[in-house]
Amino acid sequence: MEFIANVQAFTAVAIGIIVGLGALGAALGIGIMGSKFLESAARQPELVPMLQGRMFLLAGLIDAAFLIGVGVAMMFAFANPLLAALS
Amino acid sequence: MSVETSNAESAGGLTEYIVHHLSHNTVAGGTFHVDSWVIALAVGLLGCLLLWAQARKATAGVPSKGQAFVELVVEFVDSQVKDTFHGDRRFIAPLALTIFVWVVFMNAIDLLPLDLPGWIIGQVAGHEVAEHTYLRMVPTADANTTFGMSFVVFFLIIFYSIKAKGGWGFTKELFTAPFHAEGAAMKVVLALPNLFLNLVEYLSKPVSLAMRLFGNMYAGELVFMLIAGLFASWVTFVPGVLLNAGWAIFHILIILLQAFIFMVLTVVYLAMAHEHH
Repeated sequence: MEFIANVQAFTAVAIGIIVGLGALGAALGIGIMGSKFLESAARQPELVPMLQGRMFLLAGLIDAAFLIGVGVAMMFAFANPLLAALS
Repeated sequence: MSVETSNAESAGGLTEYIVHHLSHNTVAGGTFHVDSWVIALAVGLLGCLLLWAQARKATAGVPSKGQAFVELVVEFVDSQVKDTFHGDRRFIAPLALTIFVWVVFMNAIDLLPLDLPGWIIGQVAGHEVAEHTYLRMVPTADANTTFGMSFVVFFLIIFYSIKAKGGWGFTKELFTAPFHAEGAAMKVVLALPNLFLNLVEYLSKPVSLAMRLFGNMYAGELVFMLIAGLFASWVTFVPGVLLNAGWAIFHILIILLQAFIFMVLTVVYLAMAHEHH
């Protein structure tokens, strides 16, 4: 029983760290990229449509690692393989 | 999976609901996900049918709305391919269009209500059957689907590399690529680090393509399931509806964006494979 509680406790902390650090990285990345985009949009407004398309592409790429982390964390939350190894 | 599913189901409530909705409909001893395969096939055929129907009655005169929309999509994809791939794009552009339309359709299933298939089965076959039927609606939220697609892209990358550089040139470049050396001794020394870097570069492409799409769709589905948990009580019902609407609207953007990214990255990787040094 104690083994199970131990594994579950550590899994919960791990999920928190995965999602938290991923969100931190993704938010900082989007913030920096967005600020550069706004700067260059103010400098050269005629390039805004092209830059906007590239910006959305980059936003998807930046979010990718974070969402992969969320997927892994959710897998640990609902179908914990470490807990299954105990059975 | 036996201990924590039985624990989770006996825990009841939201966890059991989520675990039920996360389980695949499997055959062949739980290894083959029939639901992903069937839905992916059905949705792909639907996409083909829609595009073919518009192409069949396409006119050079004033286009109908459907034809104009299909032309919009095709020109969008073609301009993306034209910007990136400098070669014969008679194969690449239809490939990109297939990827884009198919992934958009597969992702869009995520916008259907989560309980809809279960409700339909409950109406048709009764409550008990619905309890024991599992169905994961979104094929791209299944890692098998996304990895299948990215493996095909991976083989295409290798095929185009070999076509551009020749079989022997391709193998040679694996060993001499980023670090070049003059003398024979340095070449041998640098061969192994070159190979390692090239392997990482080649293997990271399909893995990142697949995991990016899978992670986005899986997390999206999971958030829908978690928000569905808010509908359990009357107090949280209205916030639940608002949150669901907000997340669904955001998810429309994610659906289109992830399909676009998969397509653009495929074209970029194939363009990189096609160029020779």
